[in-house]
Amino acid sequence: MIVDIFSLGLLAAASGLLLGFAAVRFKVEGDPIVEQIDSILPQTQCGQCGYAGCRPYAEAIAAGEADINQCPPGGEGGVIALAELLGRDPKPLNPENGAEKPKMLAVIDEQNCIGCTLCLQACPVDAILGAAKHMHTVIARECTGCELCLAPCPVDCIDMLPVAQNIGTWKWSYPLSMPEPRRAAEQVAA
Amino acid sequence: MSGLFAFHGGLKTVRHKTESNQTPIQTPPLPPRLLVPLRQHIGNPAKPLIQPGDRVLKGQMIGQADGYISAAVHAPTSGVVVALEPVPVPHPSGLADWCVVIDSDGEDRWIDRQAVDYRQMHPSDLRNWIRNSGVVGLGGAVFPSAVKMNLSGHCERLEHLILNGAECEPWITCDDRIMRERAAQIVAGIHILAHLLNPREVLIGIEDDKPDAIAAMSAACAGTGYQVRAVPTRYPSGDVKQLTKLLTNKEAPIKGRSTDIGVQCFNVATAYSVHRAVNHGEPVISRIVTVTGHVRQPGNVEALIGTPFSALIDWAGGYREGAERLIMGGPMMGFALHSDEVPVTKAANCILIAGAADLPAEQPALPCIRCGACVEVCPANLLPQQLYWHARAREFDKAQDDQLFSCIECGCCSYVCPSHIPLVQYYRFAKNEIWAQEKEKQKAELARQRHQARVERLEREKQEREAKLRQKAPAKAASPVGESAQVPLETAVARARSARESVTAPATADSDAAQG
Repeated sequence: MIVDIFSLGLLAAASGLLLGFAAVRFKVEGDPIVEQIDSILPQTQCGQCGYAGCRPYAEAIAAGEADINQCPPGGEGGVIALAELLGRDPKPLNPENGAEKPKMLAVIDEQNCIGCTLCLQACPVDAILGAAKHMHTVIARECTGCELCLAPCPVDCIDMLPVAQNIGTWKWSYPLSMPEPRRAAEQVAA
Repeated sequence: MSGLFAFHGGLKTVRHKTESNQTPIQTPPLPPRLLVPLRQHIGNPAKPLIQPGDRVLKGQMIGQADGYISAAVHAPTSGVVVALEPVPVPHPSGLADWCVVIDSDGEDRWIDRQAVDYRQMHPSDLRNWIRNSGVVGLGGAVFPSAVKMNLSGHCERLEHLILNGAECEPWITCDDRIMRERAAQIVAGIHILAHLLNPREVLIGIEDDKPDAIAAMSAACAGTGYQVRAVPTRYPSGDVKQLTKLLTNKEAPIKGRSTDIGVQCFNVATAYSVHRAVNHGEPVISRIVTVTGHVRQPGNVEALIGTPFSALIDWAGGYREGAERLIMGGPMMGFALHSDEVPVTKAANCILIAGAADLPAEQPALPCIRCGACVEVCPANLLPQQLYWHARAREFDKAQDDQLFSCIECGCCSYVCPSHIPLVQYYRFAKNEIWAQEKEKQKAELARQRHQARVERLEREKQEREAKLRQKAPAKAASPVGESAQVPLETAVARARSARESVTAPATADSDAAQG
C-alpha cells in the first residue's frame, strides 16, 4: 500500500518536473495561429476589413473579434483558405467591407502632382517616392493597389489602373469547352 | 550498354516527314526589315545595347545577357536600328514583346569574326564565350546552353552526353536536314561539348525513320568514339527524359535534374551553333526552320532570326487551298498563332500551315469516362485523368501531389482521349495558376515586410520626437531665457510696490525700471 502510494507519488513528481521544464524550455513566443492567418491574408494593408492592416485583422480573427469574410482583396479564395485553416464554414464576402476587384495599380498623373507629400504619408508600404514640392511617383513593383493614396490627394491626380498584361505575366486560361463546375463557396452560398 | 530501353506509353503518330525533307536547306532572300525579340530564351530577356538610329553590323551584339539564366541577342544582318518597341511575337497569347527593329542595308556585312581555340581556354571563359554568342537549346525549349555546360555541384563526372536528333514531332524535319547536310560541323560542335563536359560516353539518338541522317552522322562520327543509336520511331522519344531512358535506361528523380544521374543532353542543332560560335566566331543569328503543311513548296530554310513568318511562307510558294491554322512547332506541342506577321525566333523550329484534316477536329468535350487510355500513353507515368479532375476543380495542391510538374505537355493524353477533353490545356492552366499564386505569395511577403518596416519607422520617429521634446523641456527650465522671464516679473512687482510707496520720488523708480 505504502509502496504503491510512494511509487505513484514519485511518478507524479517526475512527470510534473518534466512538464514544468518543457513548458519553460519549449515556450512558443507569440501566437502561431496569428502568423498562419497573416500568411493567408494578401498583405494589401488597405484597411477595408476595418483594422489598421493585415496583421491587426489577423489578430482580431484569432481573438474571435472579427469574422473571416472581411477581406475583399483576398477574395473568395482567401475566405476559403481561412475557413480551412480555422475549421469553420466558408461564407460569402461581407459586402459592407467592399467587393472583390481585379488587381489595380496606383498611377500618379505627374503633370498635375503638386508635391504635397500627403499620399506618401498615406501609403502603407512606402511605395510612393517624392519630396515636398517635388513630383511624386509610384514604385509599381511595390504598390499593393490598396487605394489609400486616393483620398488624401488634394488635386485628384492619382488613378487606379488595371495591371497591364505582358508575355511574362500572361496565363493559359481555363479551357472553355466545358461548363465550369460550380465552386465550393457558391455551393455553400446556394 | 548498347541495347535500347523502351519508355512507358507514347504514340505512333501519322508521319508527315517526307513533305519537307526531300529538298536541301535553302536560304531565302534577305528580308528588308527584321524584328529581333529580346526575349528569345528561358530566363531574363536580354538588355538592349543599342538606340534607335544606331548602325549595326551582322553578328553585332544588340542585347546583353541579363543575369545567369539569360542569353545574348545579335543583329542578324547589317543595317540601321529603326525602333526598339513592342511588336507581336510568336507566343500563344498573341501579345507584343520588346523587339529591335532593323532595316537591312542589303550589304549583309559581318562584324570582325574571331574564332577561338577552345582547347586553350579556361572552361568558364569558354562558357562565357558561348553565352555571349547567344547559344540556346534549338530543339524548341531555348534554355541557355552555357548554363547546362556548368556541372559544378551537380555531379562528379558526366556519364553520358546525349545528342538529341530524335525529332519526334510528326511534321518537323529541320534536325533531319541539318544532320544530313552538316554532320561534320555537328560533330565539331560535339567535340567542344565533350571537351567542356568530359563525359564517359557520347550518345547520339536519332529516330529510325531518318536513315539518311543516321548514315551521315555515323560517317561523320567514324573514329571519334561517339555512338550513333537509332531509336524506335515513337512519339515523344525526342523529349529529354524519354531519350535518356531509351539510351541509358536511367530516369532522373522527380525533383532532380538529368545531371543528378550523370546525363546532359543537347540538340544536334545546338551542337552545330556551338561549333559556329567557337570555331568561326559567328553568334546565333539564324536557324533552320521547317516550313510545311499547306504551302506550295514545303521545305527547310536557314532563316535569319527576325524574319517575318509571312516572308518564309511567301518563299515557300504561299498558302495552298485548305490552309486552316498557322502553328509554330509541331501539331503535338506547338501552338496556334494569331498572325503571320511575327518574327522567327530561336525557338521557331517549324511553321506548320495545317489543313482541316491535319488537326484533330474541334469537337465539344464530353465527360471523362475514366477509360484510362491517357494513363496507357502517358510517357511520364502520370495519372492524367486524376490531374484533369484536380485541375478542373482548381484543387492545385492535389494536382501537385499527383506530380503535375512532371508533365511534359507532350499531348499524348489529349490525342487519345475518346471524350476529346483538352487535357493538356487543363495542365497548362493549372501550372500557370500555381506559378501565379507563388508570385502573389512572394509579392505579399514583400508588402508585409515593407509595411512592417514602415510601422517600425513611424514608431521610431515618434519616439525620437518625444525624446527630443523631453530633452528640450528640462533644458528650458535651466536656460537663461527662463531666468530672464522670471526676473522682470519680480522687478516689476518690486517696482510697482516702490512706486506706490514713494510717489514722491519718481526719478528713483524710473532709474530702477531702466536697470531692470
